[in-house]
Amino acid sequence: MLHDEIIRKINQLLIDEIEIDESQINPGADLKKDLGIDSLDFVDLFVIIENNFGFKMKAEDMAEVKSLDDFYQYIIKRVNQN
Amino acid sequence: MHRVVITGMGIYSVIGKNLAEVKDSLYHGRSGIIFDQARKELGFRSGLTGMVERPVLKGVLDRRMRVGLPLQGEYAYISTLEALNQAGIDQAYLDAHETGILFGNDSSAVPVVESVDILRQKKDTMMIGSGHIFQSMNSTVSMNLSVIFRLRGINFTISGACASSSHAIGIGYLLIKQGLQEMIICGGAQEINPESTASFDALNAFSTRESEPAKASRPFDRDRDGLVPSGGAATVIIESYDSAMKRGATIFGEVIGYGFSSNGDHISMPNVDGPVRAMHKAIGDAGILPSEIDYINAHATSTQAGDSNEAKAISLVHGNSKPLVSSTKSMTGHEMWMGGASEIIYSTLMMNNNFVAPNINLENRDADSEKLNIAAKTTPHGIKTFLSNSFGFGGTNSSLIIRKII
Repeated sequence: MLHDEIIRKINQLLIDEIEIDESQINPGADLKKDLGIDSLDFVDLFVIIENNFGFKMKAEDMAEVKSLDDFYQYIIKRVNQN
Repeated sequence: MHRVVITGMGIYSVIGKNLAEVKDSLYHGRSGIIFDQARKELGFRSGLTGMVERPVLKGVLDRRMRVGLPLQGEYAYISTLEALNQAGIDQAYLDAHETGILFGNDSSAVPVVESVDILRQKKDTMMIGSGHIFQSMNSTVSMNLSVIFRLRGINFTISGACASSSHAIGIGYLLIKQGLQEMIICGGAQEINPESTASFDALNAFSTRESEPAKASRPFDRDRDGLVPSGGAATVIIESYDSAMKRGATIFGEVIGYGFSSNGDHISMPNVDGPVRAMHKAIGDAGILPSEIDYINAHATSTQAGDSNEAKAISLVHGNSKPLVSSTKSMTGHEMWMGGASEIIYSTLMMNNNFVAPNINLENRDADSEKLNIAAKTTPHGIKTFLSNSFGFGGTNSSLIIRKII
């Protein structure tokens, strides 16, 4: 999967499933402070990512994921590993 | 001691999705019972059920508030909005005044089934997601609504089988009477789905009059053959009389008596003694004579034993005065956890509109129901004081008495 395609897909999932306003989506956005993604939303992101990308996110990996761009890079890395 | 009054009501039921629709259905004796083929395909003995559409809350509540809310919580959100609106209570009031919530709820089957299904299929609890835990607990309704409306008072759920929400109002009444709380959002919610009623269907307790759904629930009728499961949600705002006066609120009725008892007997077979004691306690608490009660909303669910025993109990307590009696379950079916609260609303609507709703489908009385003054048709009647009975598995009984403020 191409990087741009992965990013588009993540953005669409955040808009459709987590109901993030499209105008708030930008790579520099802080997942918690700017997008309002809390610990419960992360639980749902585990499900959403496995259902759509076919791999399990690891809770410990999320410690390093602060911004939306961090999240893109993490997903891209994991998709390429699989 | 503080007087306790009803200043707001909201209803989402199989006979109407708001107070105006419900009042109209009650007056016209309209049934909310349907035949659900899906239940037959699942292996139900009876495909009969009350039915109301699922509320659409996307765009109304944000995602986090919706994710933890099960079906009956969605019903309860709608009924609570209506009740708060009728009471003239907005979010600013709730933010400034400590308000409680006590709801009756005794199941939340679908999220339990779904989460276990996911676990069995995926072998990974992480795939269950964040919402199911909050949806699956019995306290789901009070838990969710207290967060949605930012409530800061008493906050828990009462699980007392089919008397759950009657007890919720009763306990709320006691707390306000004692001066421990000024206002409590009381109510009851009942999910409508096959998952929550399959094991009940297994007891042969449901009517199988599938060819005539609207005639299936026939409390007190000689030819009744069982109850019809139903659901929805009902919310009653109760507050101290002083608080209502201070706010200039409209008062729809005063809660003057709560009586409770346990049969100490069979888990599912009702008796006469328990309901008699609950009614006597409520009358004693109200400080009135049985003859002052001019309408009884019976628990009567359309089962042979239950209706007969309640008829005997009513005759023992009210035999001399013979107040008008009807079971609104003839129209709604058995709203179970919701029924105690909804029937307070149905009866309060009757009291404020001077009629008694019919006990529809009462075509032939039996030896016990013959002794009661049952309103088989809509009856113009000035109600000053009514009593509402709710009984449940395990022999839990609740009687509430409401009086019109003159």
